[in-house]
Amino acid sequence: MIGLELSFIWAGIIAFSVLTYVILDGFDLGVGMLFPFTKDEKERDVMMNSVAPVWDGNETWLVMGGGGLFAVFPLAYAVVLPALYMPITLMLLALVFRGVAFEYRWRTKRWKGVWDMSFAGGSYMAAFMQGIALGALVQGIEVENRAYAGGWWDWLTPFSILTGAAVTVGYMMLGATWLNMKLEGRIQAHMRRIAFPVSVATVGFMAAVSLATPFLDPVYFQRWFDWPFVGFSVVVPVLVALCIWRLFFGLQRHHDTAPFLCAIAMFVLGFIGIGISFYPNIVPPSLSIVDAAAPDSSLAFALVGAVILIPIILAYTAYSYWVFRGKIDPNEGYH
Amino acid sequence: MRPMVRQVVPFAKRPKSYVCGNTRQHRVTVMFDGFSAEILARWQFAFTVSFHIIFPSFSIGLASYLAVLNGLWLKTRDKTYLTLFNYWKKIFAVAFGMGVVSGIVMSYQFGTNWSVFSDRTGPILGPLMAYEILSAFFLEAGFLGIMLFGRDRVGEKLHMFATAMVAFGTLMSATWILSVNSWMQTPAGYSINEVGQFVPEDWWKIVFNPSFPYRLTHMVLAAYLTTALVVAGAGAYHFLKGDADAPSRKMFSMGMWMLVIVTPLQIFAGDLHGLNTYKYQPQKVMAMEGHYDSYPEGGPLILFGIPNEEEKRIDYAIEIPKLSSLILKHDLNAPLKGLDTIPDEDEPPVAIVFFSFRIMIGLGFAMLGLGLWSVWARYRGTLYDNKWLHRASFAMGPAGFVAVLAGWVTTEVGRQPFTVYGLMRTSDSLAPVAAPAVAASLTAFIIVYFFVFGAGTYYLLRMMGVPPTDQKKIGLREGPMRGTGLHPAPPARSSNQPAE
Ligand code: HDD
Ligand code: HEM
Ligand code: HEM
Repeated sequence: MIGLELSFIWAGIIAFSVLTYVILDGFDLGVGMLFPFTKDEKERDVMMNSVAPVWDGNETWLVMGGGGLFAVFPLAYAVVLPALYMPITLMLLALVFRGVAFEYRWRTKRWKGVWDMSFAGGSYMAAFMQGIALGALVQGIEVENRAYAGGWWDWLTPFSILTGAAVTVGYMMLGATWLNMKLEGRIQAHMRRIAFPVSVATVGFMAAVSLATPFLDPVYFQRWFDWPFVGFSVVVPVLVALCIWRLFFGLQRHHDTAPFLCAIAMFVLGFIGIGISFYPNIVPPSLSIVDAAAPDSSLAFALVGAVILIPIILAYTAYSYWVFRGKIDPNEGYH
Repeated sequence: MRPMVRQVVPFAKRPKSYVCGNTRQHRVTVMFDGFSAEILARWQFAFTVSFHIIFPSFSIGLASYLAVLNGLWLKTRDKTYLTLFNYWKKIFAVAFGMGVVSGIVMSYQFGTNWSVFSDRTGPILGPLMAYEILSAFFLEAGFLGIMLFGRDRVGEKLHMFATAMVAFGTLMSATWILSVNSWMQTPAGYSINEVGQFVPEDWWKIVFNPSFPYRLTHMVLAAYLTTALVVAGAGAYHFLKGDADAPSRKMFSMGMWMLVIVTPLQIFAGDLHGLNTYKYQPQKVMAMEGHYDSYPEGGPLILFGIPNEEEKRIDYAIEIPKLSSLILKHDLNAPLKGLDTIPDEDEPPVAIVFFSFRIMIGLGFAMLGLGLWSVWARYRGTLYDNKWLHRASFAMGPAGFVAVLAGWVTTEVGRQPFTVYGLMRTSDSLAPVAAPAVAASLTAFIIVYFFVFGAGTYYLLRMMGVPPTDQKKIGLREGPMRGTGLHPAPPARSSNQPAE
């Protein structure tokens, strides 16, 4: 019984890590994707500087998601990664390209354009592949004898392309609202203008994904239209609508912070929706949280560390954001 | 939609070979230019991890060096230290970035290419890696921004704290990952359950498994040596180019002191490490020593030779009789067993291990020589004038990296054909991946790594090629270092940056 509880606590911790990753690296990747929207070197400088001190911490949540899965749900890790071999590999390579750009970009004049492209291209590729991975997971992964039993291209379907596009524009929305919050002047106005269409597109894609999901699998359908979940099915869209309204209102009134917070809230709601579809599986359609869990002694040992360290991590992460709070001064980035 | 299979995971009695049928099929039938998925996955792992380890070896050492420099600056208020701190900080930022992105690749590769290994060892290795993430990676990442950009924003004390936290984080990271690797070499504290997973029984025994203390010490010392050589090499380069300013002198001198102190420790630690390995992984030592045959009356130390894997002997061997028995057993006449006592299918490849071991040892003694030479030059008062010493230090600049790679190759190839020594074979660890998929991703990794890390190495070398006092030149490319000017955050509390 205790084992059951431990595995659910851990499922919660991993879900939390993934969500934190999606939000933090979401705006961070979004900033990369918005790079091509301005040709002005100085504007690009401040855009990059708005995330330079925090990007490494943001990406560490991705390591936590993967590493956590390896630690407490090794079977899920062993099944999901071969199933998503290609999207994961492409995502990793894309993250290499964009991660090094933070430093390389300042170390060269002649190749600055190359690293700008690698920053933007890497961000697009990473976001799209994460969306594809999400779609492939929601569709379900075929498992036999504790191993992936599907084909090499199973991850590539219209649905996964849809989720890929959804995540990409969603991250752009996060990025644009983040920049609206952190920047000033012309570039801020520019990002605010971009925030409108990408937010509209995000809502559209969210709706499309939400409508398609229940038809992928009767279980999802039931989940969403059965009592008590039907409550959520009604509440979640209403809340999303509220967020959207507040987001647009904020953009129109030139609010700095509210649009970004609303964009985050939309991601949280979407994530809860996916969680409802998944539960109690960790890898749909057949691998449950309990089946995939490591032995109790592993869960308990790792939990001690998580319970002590995660609050500390959150504290110093918050501190780091606090240190670098406020607007980026556009006059400082390019002496 | 394709149909989804519902029922899975039959909890069969522990199968002898744990790979599902589907894997075997892939491995046997799908070949890519004659290479199996297994060999390709091994190359991919070896390639990506070899690239990765280069950066940590440097950033572990450099992070500690930066903490020391910052501390000395706060204590002595000697501008030389601050100049050096700002100089190496930028270099650190680039190297660290490369370490991070290559490391993220590693953490997913267990799953993509070695999923059976992940499923079986996850309950033991996973929590150790989770501790690494929680106690090291977050710490490094969380304080890195403050260390790089925050001196004026948080005040000098907190900035010092952040610098120390980054250094501490790199050491924590080394601790956990080496515990992981050491467990794979000398597994302890586990049992095996009905589906073939390793199940933790005693965490203390797992973390502090028999080879861990030796490996950790040896690796941390290796990282310090690597950094000392790079720092001294950069100083020597500036001397040779005619810039003998105070910071260049200081870094050359500090690097040389480090070398003098750490090399003997490293040789001592390496010797203990070898004895420990002889106890737990005798066939690895047989391969390192090139002992194909048993020596009932004392084994020779083969200094050099060419392993002949077909004939199972060392050609052109230059050997010192009985010395190996003396080193390993402290007795000239102690009998030594050779690879002839090991079943063929459990033998590691000899040639690679034999050569890489000699490369590491050779470089270790070369470092010792360089250190002694510097002591001599110091004593004669010619430390900053001896051109040949400077040329030698410059030439030895990259030696640490070579020794680290050679050491890891010895360790890892010597563990073959097992991933978990004596318990789980490499061939049984593989994911159900098809060779073409691995070949494609391996090709992509090779192209991308050479391109991206090649460019990074070029930038690093160029940054190190500019003397620390000539900050103007780098100043132009300062980049995010001072790019995060923020208001309304508190204004600079102390501006101790040298005039920019
Ligand atoms: C002895 C040291 C050592 C060894 C053997 C390894 N690493 Fe490493 N790793 C580090 C020492 C290190 C470090 C010093 O902590 C790094 C280097 C630069 C950095 O950013 O942190 C790092 C970074 C780093 C990161 C990025 C962390 C971040 O986001 O900040 C990951 C995910 C890994 N490593 C994972 C691995 C894996 C899966 C390894 C084995 C296969 C591995 N490392 C071997
Ligand atoms: C960081 C420096 C390291 C280097 C340079 C290195 C090098 C290598 C090499 C050359 C191989 C291939 C051996 C062969 O195929 O004959 C290998 C295999 C392997 N290493 Fe390491 N290794 C390193 C660290 C680690 C660490 C820290 C771990 C564990 C976390 C690890 C886990 C493995 C595994 C799982 C394999 C399996 C594939 C195989 O055995 O071929 N390695 N490594
Ligand atoms: C000259 C004296 C040295 C001796 C006697 C020595 C001994 C050893 C031995 C026996 C191993 C293999 C242990 C095993 O596989 O279980 C090893 C591994 C290794 N060596 Fe050395 N070594 C020496 C110098 C160096 C130097 C100078 C460096 C780098 C600067 C270095 C870096 C490494 C690394 C990174 C490993 C792999 C990790 C490990 O197993 O600790 N060694 N060494």
